[in-house]
Formats: sequence, structure tokens, C-alpha cells
Amino acid sequence: MIGLQHYLIVSAALFSLGMLGILTRRNAVNVLMGVELVLNSANLNLVAFSRFGSGNLQGQLFAVFVIVIAAAEVAVALAIVLTLYRLRRTSNLDEADILRG
Amino acid sequence: MSAEAVVFYVFGAITVLSGAVVVLARSLIYSAFALLFTFFGVAGLYVLLGADFLAATQLLIYVGGILVLLLFGVMLTHKLYDLDLRSEVTQFAPGIIVASGLFVILIAVAVRTQWTAGPGRPPSVTTAEVGRLFMGQYLLPFEAASILLLVALMGAAMIVRRRKLA
Repeated sequence: MIGLQHYLIVSAALFSLGMLGILTRRNAVNVLMGVELVLNSANLNLVAFSRFGSGNLQGQLFAVFVIVIAAAEVAVALAIVLTLYRLRRTSNLDEADILRG
Repeated sequence: MSAEAVVFYVFGAITVLSGAVVVLARSLIYSAFALLFTFFGVAGLYVLLGADFLAATQLLIYVGGILVLLLFGVMLTHKLYDLDLRSEVTQFAPGIIVASGLFVILIAVAVRTQWTAGPGRPPSVTTAEVGRLFMGQYLLPFEAASILLLVALMGAAMIVRRRKLA
């Protein structure tokens, strides 16, 4: 019998992998991929609680909002990465230190 | 083992393994294509959870939109003759320690908490009900999300626009 905890464990694994990607990668696009993994794990949790919890659809609705915000986030973040690349010829986050005093 | 369990383990394995490839692959292109399989795996889990509308949304927006945007990001921030598209890895040992510590804590919370079992919601067709909720009870957040999307896309176009440097 597959229950709530099975989904929570898959989601925890996905979250930790995304966190590892955010922490260890230096390429900006690769860090964004880590953020996407984290958002997907949160969504999986929301839908699992919606399925096994109170039995209404609110978790799924919230997941739709998370997807919308992820789309907006990726669009803006890629615009920033492209501008950074145009300015500095790099997409390495350690070299993006223009704002440092 | 029931059919549900088999399907769950297949999709869970696809999700987690390709997620590991996303994080550990040397090449950015490999990461992007592994991300495709992660999104498919999560969509399969949504179907298993009875969220059919959400699974279709996941495929349309994540695979059709976000992944393509990320691939554009990979392609546009490297010189075209630069074939191997490596991504540097730093702080690998501390990262592994933090991520695995987090994983252990999350697993402990998930397993040891007594989750209050609600009535649950057996899988059924959700699209009509989701639409009714969006147009009714959740109309304001729905409109706010659409405004946010509009503003974000206009802002993104504004940021990348080439302008004359004064």
C-alpha cells in the first residue's frame, strides 16, 4: 500500500538533490535547474497532502500557482543571466561580482 | 506487490535517479535532458495521486516551456564552438554534507510524524472542479498570478533588450 510517507520520501530526496545542485554548481543555468528540482519536490508534497489529507483540491490549486511562479522566475532569471553574459562574457556565478563594493 | 506500488516505484526511481543526474552530470546538456526525465517522473506521480489536470499542466509548462527556456539559456551563454559546456563544481564536500543532513532530517520528520489521516480523496477527474474553484473561490489569487506573469514577462523582455549605453 503506497501511502503519504512514500511520496514524502521521494520529495525529500528530490529536495536534497536540488539543494546539492544549488550549493555545488557554479554555472547560473545549472543553479536554476536545482531550483526547479526544489520547486517540484514542494509541489509533490502539496499534491500528496491533497490526496491523503483533508480530501479537498486546495493542494492541487496551490501547486498550479507554484508552477506559474516557477515560470515567471525562470523567465526573469534567464534574462538576468543573458545580460550578465553580455556584460562579462561568463555565466559563472563567482565572477558575477559587479555589485561588490 | 500491487500495480499501484509497481508504478509508484518505477516513477519514483525515474524521478530520483534523473534528479541525481541533473545535479551530478558534468555536461550542462546532460543535466538539461535529465531534467526532462525528472519532470516526466513527477508528472507520472501526479497521475498516480489523481491530479490529472496538474500532470498535464506539468508537462505543458515545465517540459514545453521552462525546459526549453533553460536550454536556450545554456545555448546562449556559451560560444557555439564550445562543445563540451562544462559546469564547474565547487564546495562539493560541504555541499554533500549539508544536502545529506537535510535529507536525513526530512526523512526523520516524514517517517516519525503521526500524520492525521484525513478522509483522503480517491483519484477522480479533477479538471472541471479545478476550473470551478479558479473561477469562483480562488478568483483573486488567479488574477493576481496572471498579472504577476504578465509583469514578469514584460520585465524579462525589458532586461534583455539591448539599449544604447549612455
